[in-house]
Amino acid sequence: MTDTSLPDTPTRLRRWLDSLRSAPAKRVQFDRPLTPWAFVLPQLLVVGVFFYWPSVQAVTSSFYIEDPFGFGATFVGLENYQTVLASGEYRSIAGFTLFFAGLVTALALGAGLLLAVKADAVIRGSAHYKTSLISVYAIAPPVAGLIGMMFFDMHIGPFVTLAGWFGWQMQVGIDYWDTVLALVLVSVWKQIPYNFIFFLSGLQSVPVSVREAAAIDCRSGWRRFYTVTLPLLAPTAFFLLIINVTYALFDTFGIIDVMVKDKPANNPITLVYKVYLDGFKGNDIGGSAAQSVILMGVVFALTILQFRFLEKRIHYG
Amino acid sequence: MMAELSISQVSKLYAGGVRAVSDVTLHVGDGEFIVLVGPSGCGKSTLLRMVAGLEDISAGEIAIGGRVVNRLDPAERDIAMVFQNYALYPHMSVRENMAYGLKNRRMPRDEIAARVAEAAQMLELGPYLDRKPRALSGGQRQRVAMGRAVVRQPAAFLFDEPLSNLDAKLRVSMRGEIRKLQKRLGTTALYVTHDQLEAMTLADRLVVLNGGQVEQVGSPLEVYHRPASTFVASFIGAPAMSLLDAHVEGGQVMLAGQALARVARPDGAVTLGLRAEDLHMVAPGQGVALQVDYIEELGAQRLVHGLVEGQALCIALPPGVALPPVLHVGAAPERLHLFDAITGRRFTARTSAQSGALV
Repeated sequence: MTDTSLPDTPTRLRRWLDSLRSAPAKRVQFDRPLTPWAFVLPQLLVVGVFFYWPSVQAVTSSFYIEDPFGFGATFVGLENYQTVLASGEYRSIAGFTLFFAGLVTALALGAGLLLAVKADAVIRGSAHYKTSLISVYAIAPPVAGLIGMMFFDMHIGPFVTLAGWFGWQMQVGIDYWDTVLALVLVSVWKQIPYNFIFFLSGLQSVPVSVREAAAIDCRSGWRRFYTVTLPLLAPTAFFLLIINVTYALFDTFGIIDVMVKDKPANNPITLVYKVYLDGFKGNDIGGSAAQSVILMGVVFALTILQFRFLEKRIHYG
Repeated sequence: MMAELSISQVSKLYAGGVRAVSDVTLHVGDGEFIVLVGPSGCGKSTLLRMVAGLEDISAGEIAIGGRVVNRLDPAERDIAMVFQNYALYPHMSVRENMAYGLKNRRMPRDEIAARVAEAAQMLELGPYLDRKPRALSGGQRQRVAMGRAVVRQPAAFLFDEPLSNLDAKLRVSMRGEIRKLQKRLGTTALYVTHDQLEAMTLADRLVVLNGGQVEQVGSPLEVYHRPASTFVASFIGAPAMSLLDAHVEGGQVMLAGQALARVARPDGAVTLGLRAEDLHMVAPGQGVALQVDYIEELGAQRLVHGLVEGQALCIALPPGVALPPVLHVGAAPERLHLFDAITGRRFTARTSAQSGALV
């Protein structure tokens, strides 16, 4: 915060305490001062143990080269970062990650929106559509990967059979681009329900009368969607964009792991999977930590960019 | 252009057999202001929405300006609608809200600008043209909704309870403005409301609906003075017309043992309707005895609610008259309304003064 007119911390704290005392009706009062902390503690512990502590660890480790057998660490400054950024392999994986994240986000958002629009138009039996469209979301990513792998299995996979009819010998796990296709399809499939739920509820919060007014003002359904419905969906779409980018970058880990693990060829992987490979398979803790710090920075930058440039164009109800 | 609106034998059936509108026929002349009035659930909004094209027409035919519109999209029907909750596009400025329908019809830019400017001036929206709807008050939003309809210069305006979200004072002034605007533009208008006062003050002709059927069509005064049924009688006018069980005996209307008027009807039970302002006090011994129950002071007049042999009756009296606990009231014989005791329909037979004791 750069605003210098803000009062110093002790003053703010005192005011906050005063406000607690002056508005007793609206706040829950605890007899013992530690009780509220006890309630918050589990959440704080979870965030601390699973986010802050590993983050600090990652940042620290990224400045060291760890002995592969755990006998000690040598401080090397920014050398890990230099190695990572100079690596051609790292750059090509970064390129693929960008491509993959862009494609998965675009397809998952597009398909989710399309399904939501169609489901929204259905009045009868809409609950069944909703349930069946949402149910995929209940599947955990590794399981989704497993199902996807079965779809694309060289011997029993229906998609492989389908491709075979057109003379396409699909070899997921061996052929690079076949694997890319399978990864993208499974990742998108897994994320569609999430987008669908949000888009659907977004659509349903557009007042009926506004749509009716638009129906009187504009004949073309597509133009109506583009000029009235979509702008009103923008807050939802913006939220989903951030979530989907994060999903494509990180949460696809389980799917990738199932689909490329123990496969012989040079398979497509994303940056987060490389962090895992280098750190846990390659035992290069320092390099892996440096990569994850870079990744963290990228996500921060991305989120800030999205908020700065996109949010301005969004109308919140 | 001619912008008549004709509704012929139109019905609306919902899945499950619910009949929201049944067999309504109505002809609206060019430039006429028609108000559809009735209690909630009477089918008035459904009828309006069928004209707009927002509901399918189950049976019958609707024509606007001589063109059957049954199968046309709402945007092709040459109508503009004002909604109860304004239905403004929240992401567009006032100017864009008004221009939207014109832009989609590929109107030249300068003509759009001219029409928006004219409507803004007419509705005093000039200072707000670049604001978003959320930065406007309820009354201003209502004006924008009106403006959006006006710029279209449609064959007909459709109003769906446009004033019911406004406070009482604003409602009265907006009512006047809608009326003036419609007269000035000469555009045919169909207006839905459940407020009988709004209906009376706005309409060239009223259409009273009940249970999906037309009870009566007529000018406000016609409907007020000659209600076609007990339903219309109790719905139009405040205070509501008092309806009492009476009977005809030997060509005389009898209430509480008193002959009130001559009528050419066979003996039997009838429903007698009396407007509060048609009643007046008479000397003791004449008229019927009214047991005073409670009094509403309205300033210009006072409404005295009482009981005649256990039946509620309301009478309007000038203020400042001392009131005994029992009033003797009467009414001019031609001011009595007689309805069938069972069907509630009005008897066409005239009541007239009887020879002898005048009440």
